[in-house]
Amino acid sequence: MKVRVLILPRRGLLDPEGRAVKEMLQDEGFPVRDVKVGKVVELDVEEGTDIRAIAEKYLVNPLVEEYIIE
Amino acid sequence: MRFAVCVFPGSNCDYDTYYVIRDLLGQEVRFVDHHTHKLSGFDCVVIPGGFSFGDYLRAGVLASKTPLGNAIVEFAQRGGLVLGICNGFQILTELHLLPGALLRNESMRFLCKDVYLTVENSSLPFTKKFERGEVIRLPIAHGEGRYYVLQEDLKLMEERGQIVLRYCDEEGKVGPDSNPNGSVANIAGVCNKEGNVFGLMPHPERACEDLLGYRDGLLLWHSLLA
Repeated sequence: MKVRVLILPRRGLLDPEGRAVKEMLQDEGFPVRDVKVGKVVELDVEEGTDIRAIAEKYLVNPLVEEYIIE
Repeated sequence: MRFAVCVFPGSNCDYDTYYVIRDLLGQEVRFVDHHTHKLSGFDCVVIPGGFSFGDYLRAGVLASKTPLGNAIVEFAQRGGLVLGICNGFQILTELHLLPGALLRNESMRFLCKDVYLTVENSSLPFTKKFERGEVIRLPIAHGEGRYYVLQEDLKLMEERGQIVLRYCDEEGKVGPDSNPNGSVANIAGVCNKEGNVFGLMPHPERACEDLLGYRDGLLLWHSLLA
């Protein structure tokens, strides 16, 4: 079973990478309000694997990041 | 005094640190690798700079999950002195031995230059040779040095004297102009509540000889021996 964990900078935290991409897209004329740049971790796991535990213990630093499991 | 210098795959300031401790301080020092389960017989453990495990996932996180990472926590909990420099500081935050996190520099650039710092707490085993408020010059070399901590935690840390070093200008003025990486409150180095764990982004091991242009870093090492 393939699972994806999407990791993004926590809301309200300065994300200089997202800001740079946003400014570029705005300069290109797109009506973009905000951009966040994060990362994707794709896991191939046995059914029933505790993905949340993996995410919270290893993949994500909850002080500065939030995540979504897909 | 007996020192350990931690070596993870990707550490690259390990030999500089070893050299300073052995050749300039004349102290006993040993390398310990990331498989090490126990740190005994040491007075001080140094986690040097570098790119442990390639900085994959987050700087310092993979190193923090090794047997040596657990051994460092146990050593610190027993009251041992732990010093984390640059990547070592990042590892200490991932081990939760120090509060906060270190994020990508605001400029998105790797910074390699000299900075001025004020010493805000000179009563630690790591800083007692400095004067409080003294301005020192040390080199920085990092891409992820933007210190971040929640506002409410910052207040507590300030009250407890956990802010050890702040970026400043040559005159000691702390402000946005002297903040190289966007760190909260210009923070360059912090300690834990107990004062036996200290992490900093600048490199004191690279500033110990006149040949290299400065020796302000030497006072940190001499503080440990005092």
